[in-house]
Amino acid sequence: MTVNMTKGQAISLEKSDGGTLTAVRMGLGWQAAPRRGLFGSRTREVDLDASAVLFADKQPVDVVFFRHLVSDDGSVKHTGDNLVGGAGSGGDDEAILVDLQRVPVHIDQIVFTVNSFTGQTFQEVQNAFCRIVDETNGQELARYTLDGGGQYTAQIMAKVHRAGNGWKMTALGNPANGRTFQDLMPSILPHL
Amino acid sequence: MTAELVRGQNHTLPQTRLEIRVSAGTPVVAGATLGDEQGTVRGIEWIAHPGSPQLPGLEVSQQAAADHRLAVDLEALPTGAHRVTVLLALPVGAGGPVRFGAVPAPFVAVTGLDGTEIASFTLTDLDAESAVSALELYRRQDAWKVRAVGQGYAGGLAAMLADQGVTEPAALAGTIQEAVTRGLARSVAPPPPRTPEGDRVRHATGSADHRPTAPPPSPAQAPEPPEPLTDPAATGPAHTAQPHTAPGPAAAGPAAAGPAAAGTSAGGPINYAHPRRQHAAPPSPPPTAPPAQPGQPAQPVAGDATGWSMDERLYNQIWGMFEDLARAVAAYRSAVDFAESRMDQELDRALSDPRNRIGGAGDRAREAARAKRDELTSRAREALDRDLAQLAAEAAVVEPALPAAYAGWGNPVWHAHRIPMEIPMALRIGDLHLPERTDLRIPLLVRLPLERGIWVDSGRAASEAAALMDTDRLRRLAMETAVAHAARLLAVYPPGEFAVHVIDPAGSAAGPLAPLVEAGVLAGPPAAGPGGVASVLAHLTRRVDLVQMAVRARAADSLPPDLDTGEQLLVVNDFPHGFDDRAVTQLRYLADEGPAVGVHLLMVADREEASAYGPILDPLWRSLLRITPVADSHLADPWVGHAWTYEPLTVPPGSRVLEQVLAAVAEARRAAGR
Repeated sequence: MTVNMTKGQAISLEKSDGGTLTAVRMGLGWQAAPRRGLFGSRTREVDLDASAVLFADKQPVDVVFFRHLVSDDGSVKHTGDNLVGGAGSGGDDEAILVDLQRVPVHIDQIVFTVNSFTGQTFQEVQNAFCRIVDETNGQELARYTLDGGGQYTAQIMAKVHRAGNGWKMTALGNPANGRTFQDLMPSILPHL
Repeated sequence: MTAELVRGQNHTLPQTRLEIRVSAGTPVVAGATLGDEQGTVRGIEWIAHPGSPQLPGLEVSQQAAADHRLAVDLEALPTGAHRVTVLLALPVGAGGPVRFGAVPAPFVAVTGLDGTEIASFTLTDLDAESAVSALELYRRQDAWKVRAVGQGYAGGLAAMLADQGVTEPAALAGTIQEAVTRGLARSVAPPPPRTPEGDRVRHATGSADHRPTAPPPSPAQAPEPPEPLTDPAATGPAHTAQPHTAPGPAAAGPAAAGPAAAGTSAGGPINYAHPRRQHAAPPSPPPTAPPAQPGQPAQPVAGDATGWSMDERLYNQIWGMFEDLARAVAAYRSAVDFAESRMDQELDRALSDPRNRIGGAGDRAREAARAKRDELTSRAREALDRDLAQLAAEAAVVEPALPAAYAGWGNPVWHAHRIPMEIPMALRIGDLHLPERTDLRIPLLVRLPLERGIWVDSGRAASEAAALMDTDRLRRLAMETAVAHAARLLAVYPPGEFAVHVIDPAGSAAGPLAPLVEAGVLAGPPAAGPGGVASVLAHLTRRVDLVQMAVRARAADSLPPDLDTGEQLLVVNDFPHGFDDRAVTQLRYLADEGPAVGVHLLMVADREEASAYGPILDPLWRSLLRITPVADSHLADPWVGHAWTYEPLTVPPGSRVLEQVLAAVAEARRAAGR
C-alpha cells in the first residue's frame, strides 16, 4: 500500500502565510475491476462510500454519509453517493466538504472513513485512492492508494481535530472491515 | 460482537445507557411501556408513545418513521420499573400497509452509545399483525438483559396494550394514532431538487431513510462573489450571457421579470436595491459587489443565488436563508445539549466520588463542571449570533427587494401592484421564525400552481394563542386569513386565469368575505345552504372529471367551450356545516384529484367539529397544508425538523391595501374582457 503520509503523522492545517485552513475536502475515487473472458466488457460494480463522523468529546454527535448528506448544522457536506466509481479519469468520485469555520463549537474531531458497500476488498478495486485536499488552494495534504491494499473492506483514513484556535489533521490509514461507518465505530474509538 | 437473537432468546446487557435502533423499511410507530416486577404497566404515565414521547430515562420519536432511535437510560427509569417493552405498530389511516406481513421484516438492534451493536433481532414470520411487541429489556438480580419477543397482535395497538394490562387500551391506541397523524400533517415539503445531481443520490436501498435528499450547497456558503445587483429588465448584456433556450420555471429574458417589472406605478423597471443601501450596490452599469472589509463577511445583496430570473434567484435565496437558519440553530442547540449533558455527567461523577465528600473538593468539581458548561454555551451563542447577524443583514436587503408575490402586505410593492401577465414562481403565505431570534423572519413560500390545498385551522385547541381567543373572534380571524390568501392568489395570477368559489353554508362569514364580494372578483356569490354547497361542488367535480378525461385522452381541444380552464380555488367556511355525506365525498374527491388539474381547496375549519366523521376525513386533513390564523409553532423544516413558529401575514392596521389590490384585479379583468 502506498502511503504518501506516514501513519499517525500530524499536519497542522496552518498555511505558510499564517492564515489557518478553512475548508478541507476528502476525495475518494475508484474504478471497478473488469471481468475477463466472455462478456469481459461487463464490469462488476464496486461501490465505495466515504463517510465523516463528527465527535464531541469522544461521543459521536453526527455523521455524514450517503443516507445523511449534510450534517444537521450544515458544516459538513457529502456531494452525493456514487454507486459505480469513475471511468478512470482519476478524479474524485465522492467527496466530503468540511467548512471548518462553521463546525459547531462542541465538535472537536471529525474522522473520515472509506467503506466498500458492495463488499469487495480493496484488492479487487482498481485505481482506488482517497485523499484530503485543502479546498482553498487545491493542495493535496494526504493521499492513500487503496487498491492492492489487502483483505480489507474499510479504512479509517484521517481525522481533523481542534488544536488551539485552528485545526490539525492526523493521518490514520488504519485498515478495518465493515459495510458502513457503523461497523467501524469500535475501530474508530481508539483513534480519538 | 453482536448477538443475533431469535424469538425468546435473551442476552445480558453490558451497560445501562443504550440506544435501540429500529429499521422497518416503511414508516412505523415506535413506543415503549414500563412494567414493574410483576410485569404490570402501572398506568398511562408508564407508556411512552408519539403523543407523550418522554419518560424518565426513555424517549421515543413523535412521528412514524422507517428508522427510529430510542434513547434508553435504564438507571434513570422511575423507581419500581423492572421492564421496558419496545412496541412497534403500523400507522392507521395513512393509506399505507395495514399488516406487517405486507412489509419487510422490521429489524431491531440494541446498541451502546458509541453505535456498537450489542444484540439484534429481525422480526420475521409476521402476517396479519399490525402491532408487535419487539423487545423486552428486563432486570434480573440487578443486571439488565434483553429478550427478543416478537409477539404480534392482529388486533393492533389496542389489543397489544390490553394484553399489557393497560386500562382503556382502545382510547390510548386512538390517542397514539392521532398523534402520529398530526405528525404526518405538519411537515413542510422540501424544496424541489435544483440540479440533476439530485438523481445521483441513492434512494435508500434496504432500509428506507426518511431524511430528504440534500439540496446542493447554497451559494450563501460557497465563496463566490455576490450576484451584482442589477435590474433584470434593463441589463441586456447580462442576459445575453444566459442561454435563452434553457428550461426553467420562468422563461429567461426580460419578460421573466414580469411581476416585478410591473410593480412600479411609472411602469418602469423596479430597482431592487435597498433604499438605504444605495451606496453599497450601484444599480447600473454592471456593478461589482461591494468589496468585503478584511475580516468581515461580504455585504449581502438581494438575489444572491442561482436562477434564470430575479424571481427565481430570490426564491432560491430565501430557501437558502431558511436552510442556513435551520442549520445554524441546529449547531447551537446541539452544542448546548452537549454542554448540558456533559455537565450532568460531571456532576454525577463529582457526587459519587467519595473523596469529594470531605472538604471543598466536591464544590470545586461542581463549579468547574458548571464553568465548562457556561464556557461552551457562550461560545456556541457567539457563533450563533454571528450567523444570525449575517442572516438578519441579508433579510434586511432581501425583504424590500421582493416582488409582490413574495412580499408581505406591508411592503410598498403591493400599493403599486399591477396584475401580472405571467404566474410567479411562488407565493408567500406567511412567515417562519425560531425562538432563538424571533425578529428574524423567513418568508414561507409555496410553489405556484399550488401543489396542495391549504387548511386554515380555526380550532381553539390548535395552539396556545388560539386557546386565548373566543371562538367567534378566532373564526372571523381564520376567515379573514383565508380571504387575504385568496386575494393574494387572485392578484398574482394573470387576469381571468384564477377563479375563486366560496362555500359559506350558514352565511356566517359575510363580514370577512365583503372585500371579495364588493370587488366583484368571485366566480359567483358565496354559496349558502345545502343546495348551494351541492351545486358548487357539482360544478367543480364536473370540471375535474372533464379535464381528467381530456388529459387522459389527450384531447384538450374537445373540452366544452363553457369550461373555465383557469385555476380554481374553493374556499370552504364552516365545514362540515351544510355538508351531507354526498357533499363530503365530493369534497374528498376534489382534495385528491383536484390539485393535478388545477382545482384547489382552501378550508377554514375546526377539525373537532368534523370529528363525527371519524377517521375517514384524516386523509383530507393530511393532504392540506395546515396554517393558523394566529402564531403557532407547528411547521417543521425539511432539513433538521425544528418546530418553526408560523406567523400569518397581516394587513397593516388602517391599510386599504387589500381593497386596492382587489379593485386592481377587477379592473384588469374588465380590461382583458373576461
